[in-house]
Amino acid sequence: MKKATKGTWVEIENIVLNVGERAPQVPEDTKKTPLVMWTKGLLVDEEAEIGEEVSVKTLSDRVAKGKMTAINPRFEHDFGKPVDVLIETGISLKKEMGGIR
Amino acid sequence: MRDLTYEAVMGRKNEIMKKAVGIDYSKFEFGKIGFDYEKMMASVAYEMKEMQKIQKYTKVGNTPLFELHNINKLISENSEEGKGGRIFIKDEAANASGSFKARRAAISVYHAQKMGYKGVIAATSGNYGAAVASQAAQRGLKCIIVQEVFDSKRKGQPEIVEKARKCEAFGAEVIQLTVGPELFYTFLKLLEETEFFNASLYTPFGIAGVETLGYEIAEQMNEMEGRCPDYVVATHAGGGNLTGTARGLIKAGATGCKVYGASVDLKGLHMASDRDFNRKSFTTGHTGFGIPFATQPDRTDVPRNAARVLRYMDKYLTVTQGEVFYVTEMLAQLEGIERGPAGNVSLAAAISLAKKVEEGKIIVVQETEYTGAGKHPMPQLTFAKGNGINIYRGDIRENMPGKSIVLPEYFGQIEAVELDMNKMKERYIANVAKNFKYEELGEEDVKYLEEELRMDRTDIERNMNK
Repeated sequence: MKKATKGTWVEIENIVLNVGERAPQVPEDTKKTPLVMWTKGLLVDEEAEIGEEVSVKTLSDRVAKGKMTAINPRFEHDFGKPVDVLIETGISLKKEMGGIR
Repeated sequence: MRDLTYEAVMGRKNEIMKKAVGIDYSKFEFGKIGFDYEKMMASVAYEMKEMQKIQKYTKVGNTPLFELHNINKLISENSEEGKGGRIFIKDEAANASGSFKARRAAISVYHAQKMGYKGVIAATSGNYGAAVASQAAQRGLKCIIVQEVFDSKRKGQPEIVEKARKCEAFGAEVIQLTVGPELFYTFLKLLEETEFFNASLYTPFGIAGVETLGYEIAEQMNEMEGRCPDYVVATHAGGGNLTGTARGLIKAGATGCKVYGASVDLKGLHMASDRDFNRKSFTTGHTGFGIPFATQPDRTDVPRNAARVLRYMDKYLTVTQGEVFYVTEMLAQLEGIERGPAGNVSLAAAISLAKKVEEGKIIVVQETEYTGAGKHPMPQLTFAKGNGINIYRGDIRENMPGKSIVLPEYFGQIEAVELDMNKMKERYIANVAKNFKYEELGEEDVKYLEEELRMDRTDIERNMNK
């Protein structure tokens, strides 16, 4: 979906500080990147496409402006893949306890 | 129109903060460097009974204290004759929002409501965000949490992404940023825009809220074993956990109890580096916060940090990332409770300690945290692997933050490394010496340093003149 209508849950992006504007104490590798911010809220505009400047009403009841980067963004974090060292850890600890009774 | 440039906003820092926390810190300050810590705690924060009442109202406190029978059996088997302590764990995951941070948030948010603020803001990538969000939800206040979560490729730390989800679950607005200390600039702009309360981790409310934890430990231990614990091990990052717990223990009369700090060793990784950001598996409870916050406590978002660990910490132990993942797995597989890794830093240190102390000594691990997607050894190690970290079982001394995570192959390998507290105190003094010569300090400043460092003045003078 590239288009969102008023009231849709969307994400917006803002560049807080451009490269060259970063604070002096920031390490060199970080200085080469802008400071970017993402905020979510309900779209205020009647209709908008990804990449357009929009306004959103956030959960704390603010109106925030920025470039729309996602519509109905999902959380993609999960429980990962099975990790062999963890499986082996469980088995070896149970052995140390005298086996699985 | 207000000037919203970086320089202008940072320049208004003091006035913004004064409005946002409602504390006039200058009332407690004296001399060149000193301030009356106890007076600040006594006059700003709340009394124990009152805090217990506030916390109970919003589902915080009175968490269970469990003995870890199977782990204790392994400790006993892996200790020399006459050695082997017993570990008890305070299941702080049982608090509303799933961590001890709810204790801090409960007092801060109560205070914000009492003072008439319409909302609260906290800058945190940790469990404190969800804690503030949960408390704000219960008290009908608006809430914004500001997180540092992504690197420049927009790859997020799974642990922090999960915390964002949890904040939103409680109805809070979450603002997410890429790596960098200028998060503080965004934070200040939001405080100015909204006029919300700064529910900082480091106000007297944020620290006093943890005192109930130390107090409960002493009370519960007395009930269960007829005596106070011999040791309490607390994970140390910003210092609030250890400071509050130690103060609570003292208030409960457990003055003989030793308080040890524990952090994950992340030596060599720069906390503000875009490259290093996703090479670590622990986003808190590590030495990257633990050391600077101990040696320069006032480096926070409020003028005076109410967390002052060097006043309370008896020893400082570090453990490896591999050891913490190992004990997290152990807690699930041997004790039947699944908890988040970051909360188990102190458990790893406690197991190491337990093998060395006299048989029967009581050691309390004073927290656990909730676990879930992203915030669990499996996703965190999957993430580490994806970032090129080498993961294997073997010699734990081969752990290299940012390069390898080595899990122990057997229980007996767990061995914390003690950091020299004197070195930390020397570093604290060196920070003072950057701005002042010893001769420039007044009597009250020197007294203040003696209390801060639990060090006598001849040593302070010698170190300042180094």
